[in-house]
Amino acid sequence: MLDVETIRKDFPILDTLMHGRPLVWLDSASTSQKPRQVVDRMVRFYESENSNVHRGVYELSEKATAAYEGARAACGRFIGARNARSIIFTRGTTESINLVRYTWGRANVREGDEILVTEMEHHSNLIPWQLLAQETGATLRHLPIDDEGRLRMDLLDQHMTERTKLVAVGLMSNVLGTINPVRRLADAAHAVGARILVDAAQAAPHLPFDVNELDADFLAYSSHKMCGPTGAGVLYGREDLLEAMPPFHGGGEMIREVWADRATWNEIPYKFEAGTPNVAQAVGMGAAVEYLEDVGRDDIREHEKEMVAYAIERLEAAGAVVYGPRDVEERGGVASFNLDEVHPHDMATILDQEGICIRAGHHCAQPLMRRLDVAATARASFYLYNSPQDIDALVDALAKAKGWFA
Amino acid sequence: MSLEELYKEVILDHYRTPRNKGRVDPHDVALERNNPLCGDEIELFLKFDGETIQGIGFEGKGCSISQASASMMTEKIKGLTVKNAGELSESIKRMMAGEEEGDLNALGDLVSLKGVVKYPVRIKCALLGWNTLAEALQESSS
Repeated sequence: MLDVETIRKDFPILDTLMHGRPLVWLDSASTSQKPRQVVDRMVRFYESENSNVHRGVYELSEKATAAYEGARAACGRFIGARNARSIIFTRGTTESINLVRYTWGRANVREGDEILVTEMEHHSNLIPWQLLAQETGATLRHLPIDDEGRLRMDLLDQHMTERTKLVAVGLMSNVLGTINPVRRLADAAHAVGARILVDAAQAAPHLPFDVNELDADFLAYSSHKMCGPTGAGVLYGREDLLEAMPPFHGGGEMIREVWADRATWNEIPYKFEAGTPNVAQAVGMGAAVEYLEDVGRDDIREHEKEMVAYAIERLEAAGAVVYGPRDVEERGGVASFNLDEVHPHDMATILDQEGICIRAGHHCAQPLMRRLDVAATARASFYLYNSPQDIDALVDALAKAKGWFA
Repeated sequence: MSLEELYKEVILDHYRTPRNKGRVDPHDVALERNNPLCGDEIELFLKFDGETIQGIGFEGKGCSISQASASMMTEKIKGLTVKNAGELSESIKRMMAGEEEGDLNALGDLVSLKGVVKYPVRIKCALLGWNTLAEALQESSS
């Protein structure tokens, strides 16, 4: 059981008043709030450890390097990686996925090959593959979803072929909350010699998981959705794949030896970290990992199951259509919904006057919106600092909005 | 003007009973535009008689501000010359950008749209119809 009242004290922003009302933050799927522990860790870095990493021979640089590499180890541990060598720091999930597109993708995907994504992908796990398909002549295929927003695994055989080179799938949908059967997809991908990339941007903050149990070849996640700062993220890659891949950006740090006309590459993961990294952000991300581990990731997951079950119940009772699976074992703490009478955009503006922050729009998933046959949805998303009172406030405000439009 | 007043006194009337909703056939110009951030859509139909906008209609779906603003627009510009309609759309755009402090009287009840300026993310909703009109007028004169 989470002690939400105590947890909320770690998040100073939750004491903010919006339009004279207490802030109700229901947009954690977009970005989470940051606990004092993470902010303090970054302040400490800048005030007493700041210097460049992997360069200076002086002690301060050693301190910065230790903090940076400590964060890498924490981020690897967080997802069950066996070795920190397989953890590349990036700006976030989007850059992680694009790294795979430009390096592994360009080296391995050819004309006539297929890339399999799903109908529910976030644009960040769709557009890079559209672009790769366009530049290589490969074909992009989409595994459909059923009416409850679950992958049509019964159609997998028709979509996965000997030509499939890559499966790119989100572990948890940012719109539907669906938790996808990634291990089954990984097994099917490996059976035809394909690789699987897992977009864990939504899953990492909320679900405990292990890259080895998922049998993921690549996995991407972001700091800012899991209590850490913006500008940091991770690409996990299987070591043998990373070793064989060409570099991403060229520049300092990623080289071993440089001549006027050529160079050799640093060992992994540094081969993929050109330039001075976002050191303080990476350190902050490491602090976020420690914070979530201290709170207890299993407890966070249990709390969110309760929250989303309560939200679905109250939203449906208020006349809303809620999208995604009904079974909370199959979904994370996200509730996308529509009220017939009130367009999501109007709803978000009206709720804002009550201090309630929800997301309204297409959630960077336009193909999914078309599949659901809606232009937009409203979305409330939950995290460790949300309480049932937040959902009560949401439902009360919805009733008010409905009243205006009645 | 509070948000509630803005909705109840300005927006909802046009949202519930939009004026000039529907295609105009035959038309001289049809132009569809959307708001990529939120999915609001407007398709505008114009029929000219010489320099005068003789017929105007719109189809669309989206939030109440986008649809109500388009409805108010069609009511206002029917019968105007192309030149006057273009000037009006420029005035509205300046007003929504917070630049027009001069003669708002010419805008008539469109001045009430100024209430949207307080909600910056919604300004683009209010301007969707007007931007579509400006583009359609340009298309017709080229």
